[in-house]
Amino acid sequence: MSEGIGARVKRKEDKRFITGKGKYTDDIRMENQAYAAFVRSPHAHARVLGIDTSAAEAMEGVVAVLNGQQLTGDGIGNIICGWAITSKDGSPMNMGAWSALATEKVRYVGDAVAVVIADSQSQARLAAEAVEVEYEELPVLVSTRDALADGAAQIHDNAPGNLIYDWEIGDAAATDAALAGSAHVTEMEITNNRLSPNPMEPRSAVAIYDEAEEHYTLYTTSQNPHVARLVLSAFYNVAPEHKLRVIAPDVGGGFGSKIYIYPEEITCLWASMKTGRSVKWTSDRSEAFLTDAHGRDHVSTAKMGFDANGRITGFKVDTIANFGAYMSLFSSAVPTYLYATLLSGQYNISNIHCNVRAVYTNTVPVDAYRGAGRPEACYLIERMMETAAREMGKDPAELRRANFITQFPHETPVIMTYDAGDFGGNLDKAMAAADVAGFAARKAEAAARGKLRGLGYSAYIEACGIAPSQAVGSLGAGVGLWESAEVRVNPVGTVEILTGSHSHGQGHETTFAQIVADRFGIPIDNVQVVHGDTDKVQFGMGTYGSRSGAVGMSAIVKAMDKVEAKVKKIAAHTLEASEDDIVIEGGAVKVAGTDKQMLWHEVGLAAYTAHNLPDGMEPGLKEGAFYDPVNFTFPAGVYIAEVEVDPETGVTKIVQFTAADDFGTIINPMIVEGQVHGGIAQGVGQAMLENVSYDADGQLLTGSYMDYCMPRADDLPSYTLEHNTTVCPNNPLGIKGCGEAGAIGSPPAVINAITDAIGTNDLQMPATPQAVWRAIQAAKSPMAAE
Amino acid sequence: MYPTTYHKPETLETAVAMLQGSEEGKIIAGGHTLLPTMKNHLAAPTDVVDIRGIAALHGISDDSGTLVIGATTTHAEVAGSAVVAAACPALACLAAGIGDPAVRHAGTIGGSLANNDPAADYPAAVLALGATIVTNQREIAADEFFDGMFATTLEESEIITAVRFPACEAAGYSKFPNPASRYAMVGVFVAKTNGGVRVAVTGAGEDGVFRHDGLEAALSASFSPEAVDGVPVSPDGLLTDLHGDATYRANLVKVMAKRAVLASA
Amino acid sequence: MANVKLTVNGRAVSRDVPDTTLLSEFLRETLRLTGTHVGCDTSQCGACVVHVNGKAMKSCTVLAAAISGGEVTTVEGLANGSLHPMQTAFNDNHGLQCGFCTPGMIMTGVDMVNRYKAAGRELTEEAIRHELEGNICRCTGYHNIVKSIQDAAAKM
Repeated sequence: MSEGIGARVKRKEDKRFITGKGKYTDDIRMENQAYAAFVRSPHAHARVLGIDTSAAEAMEGVVAVLNGQQLTGDGIGNIICGWAITSKDGSPMNMGAWSALATEKVRYVGDAVAVVIADSQSQARLAAEAVEVEYEELPVLVSTRDALADGAAQIHDNAPGNLIYDWEIGDAAATDAALAGSAHVTEMEITNNRLSPNPMEPRSAVAIYDEAEEHYTLYTTSQNPHVARLVLSAFYNVAPEHKLRVIAPDVGGGFGSKIYIYPEEITCLWASMKTGRSVKWTSDRSEAFLTDAHGRDHVSTAKMGFDANGRITGFKVDTIANFGAYMSLFSSAVPTYLYATLLSGQYNISNIHCNVRAVYTNTVPVDAYRGAGRPEACYLIERMMETAAREMGKDPAELRRANFITQFPHETPVIMTYDAGDFGGNLDKAMAAADVAGFAARKAEAAARGKLRGLGYSAYIEACGIAPSQAVGSLGAGVGLWESAEVRVNPVGTVEILTGSHSHGQGHETTFAQIVADRFGIPIDNVQVVHGDTDKVQFGMGTYGSRSGAVGMSAIVKAMDKVEAKVKKIAAHTLEASEDDIVIEGGAVKVAGTDKQMLWHEVGLAAYTAHNLPDGMEPGLKEGAFYDPVNFTFPAGVYIAEVEVDPETGVTKIVQFTAADDFGTIINPMIVEGQVHGGIAQGVGQAMLENVSYDADGQLLTGSYMDYCMPRADDLPSYTLEHNTTVCPNNPLGIKGCGEAGAIGSPPAVINAITDAIGTNDLQMPATPQAVWRAIQAAKSPMAAE
Repeated sequence: MYPTTYHKPETLETAVAMLQGSEEGKIIAGGHTLLPTMKNHLAAPTDVVDIRGIAALHGISDDSGTLVIGATTTHAEVAGSAVVAAACPALACLAAGIGDPAVRHAGTIGGSLANNDPAADYPAAVLALGATIVTNQREIAADEFFDGMFATTLEESEIITAVRFPACEAAGYSKFPNPASRYAMVGVFVAKTNGGVRVAVTGAGEDGVFRHDGLEAALSASFSPEAVDGVPVSPDGLLTDLHGDATYRANLVKVMAKRAVLASA
Repeated sequence: MANVKLTVNGRAVSRDVPDTTLLSEFLRETLRLTGTHVGCDTSQCGACVVHVNGKAMKSCTVLAAAISGGEVTTVEGLANGSLHPMQTAFNDNHGLQCGFCTPGMIMTGVDMVNRYKAAGRELTEEAIRHELEGNICRCTGYHNIVKSIQDAAAKM
């Protein structure tokens, strides 16, 4: 069986995980290890008047109790947001100071004010409880809607009225005019609920300081160890880059939440230097709810206009995005360039305008979570399309089809250039697989059982392959978003791929090996993928934004191009043939049309013995490459959800979920399908189950799995997946990316199906049983709503 | 966890002595309530006395028509018991729906009752079936046992040893699980006993499990799902939380009552 | 301190540990068997599931001292010369991604199949989904976990 591109190869990395031999950060134990426990604010907003550590310091096993004054005194820098967004009046964004350990003020429940280092974890935790912090409580602001109101609590001095930026994209006047001239305008107020990412592995860090070498090592749960090292050295002044090694070993899921460099990792590194001990911190789930960056939390109003033929005339959106108490690393980019730029969806829309105001509240910082901006855009567009179709009495599939973009490249009014796609084909495939034609009969059968059956569509598009460095630089990004790779062919012909991408569930050790197998004809068992260690891999931007295929693998391809060129030179020299006649086939390097060949490993050996290389050629067979994408990639698809609602309880069961995706070239269909399954589950979670909830005092009400509703096996169906491939023209493998699609496309499909079932459009996420039951009651009798 | 001393006595007398001899002792059996609270530093017993070493507290038997379940019998044992299935299938069904398989392997009937979590399942069965809670000191009728949220009429150092369930004509349980925790958001147990129909509601009440007079009267008149239709269920006194307010819970009480009757057939 | 004597994956061990030591801590920290994971603190995620005297239990909610004298099987002890059919099925069906919930999923899967086989009950897709109530996965959407357990059930 082929192991190359398109092969359903079983994962190489599985064996260690299924036998319990995976190596996660919390599995590491150093010889002189001490444990950190953080003293966290119980208040959402308060002034820190004093910290008394004397009782804690006297406790058994306590090594040190450290606070924010000491941290800043040692020159540790504030936590930064790495993407500068400029308001429409030209002013820069208002970034409030965020110290890893709060000094003057705490701004959310869980904000760290001190850390205890002790011999054991339980000693550290007990001592952390004994640290006495005197607070002066301040007025609290929680609600996204209230953040900009007069009299709202003021969270950062340099962000008057809690406004971080007031940004816009598109042509406001033209859009207003288009809406004014429309035959029909659909208008909705739409909330995108706040989510907690909840990778199953809680965050963890082990910081090791080598005093003799003045060198630090950090094992951490990171999606991007090189970015962590860069930020830790360049901005937080923990150590210069060459004196800091960051290792992200096996990482148990990320979904965005492990992109960022959090106060805990910074503090552990600093504390290891202060105490001379290796310092370990592992979050428990309660701490994760309080400190891992949340996702989404938008409130928007939207208007979409249509002409008499059902063509979209204009789309206008006004959004408030809640950033929580501080600006996390990529927070600013999420509701702007990852959101508003996707508001054209799959549709030909001439006029779009979106205004976004980002605000502070006394809640956990909000940043990118699987999909990051694109789910928010997709949810708006696709709920508007479905609602508009119902209002205009049109078939929702056909309304979409009539507005689909069919010519590529297509430039949208919100600065994206879609390069390839077949939106109508996606719809056809999804409709056939979902048996839309048979829906009416299924609905009638369900009604006979007392159930309300509904069907909902979502036609999503996203921008992945993040991102062309020059383009993102011009839009405010603080880094380039290329990727790097190194391909090392060993003297025995085995291959090591060193990649700046990071696998935390995505199966890179298999997929990346497959493209090498495909190219050089060697078994994937002879390919080792090395990632996650800044001492081994020279640099990398990491894994998020569905970029590891489109960008990460493109870098590997570029490095393989160079290896192949050298291999051909060596073979041509050895076999006394022309380089142009050399082909690599089935593990051999051949002179085309002859029986002359060198086996793959013979070329490797020749390169390293260097006994007979072409004049001037350096020995060895190792090449590196950086790949900078030329455009975003645009995965797209159509999802169809079919649900049954129990009108007596509001319980909704997804009876069928169909996804037709266009991901471009697929390397390993098994792994790609797994990504879609997981994405859909997270999208269904957002649509029906998950919601981070605070009370008016800023106390987190959903602080454990007792109250935060994680999707479980019996909440979900088996999924029906289809692929409709158009190759991406802008990268060497033709890959678009698949990691986030499920989470982007599924929420509107689910909500559209539920609202179809219950006959009202007035429903927000999450559509919990209670929410659905209430919507049914309200639709029955408007008076019964309250 | 705060430091504690673990004990595993083999007789009831020793267990009582250990509890009485401790500064703040707690009984532990399955541990699925106590250990999470201890882990979160919400409980700090000086001593935990594990009663699972006391053989007499464990097991299921049929005592001339009365079903007797020892306090340390796990949910999985009740769910899988042929004796329970013969005497009261609704009880087996209830036990099979508590928590998840791993929880059912550890959690016990005595622990569930002693803790009286307002969202626990067993209190509904015990109250509806008119069971008797047997302790090392006395026998307590179900109607006298539950005393509000997380509270019972158990005395200090009083240990549940068994629960006695009288025979019933028909019984059914229907639970609406909290979507997140999977505890009962509303659970209704209906039982047709020789003292009439008894209906107990768990998960919904501000004071924990309670009997519903209106449902009992209607179902005593006609033990059918339709009989529930005309019964008013007031939201007064029902819980409101993130997952469901009192009005929604009141609706669920009716729906679950109907389904419990259906399930009893 | 409690003296905890256990047979773990067939090997007798005896260790003195604080009375508060959870079985998950005993396995991970005392015995350094780090295949058993801890993903929550409310006994819900199931990453810590091991077999105690042949039954699936959440090792984060069991005191090590309480099961002294008993037998424990962890994911490290499941393979007996060759991989257990449940392990193979997870690999064959792509039943794992990040791998963190996997040990608990596998141990729960084995327990589930054993119980259904012993009771002569059919392990349908619906039954598997219900049985997985106490095991949370964030990566796979459960589709392939369900397939893995179905596949293993046919081979066990």
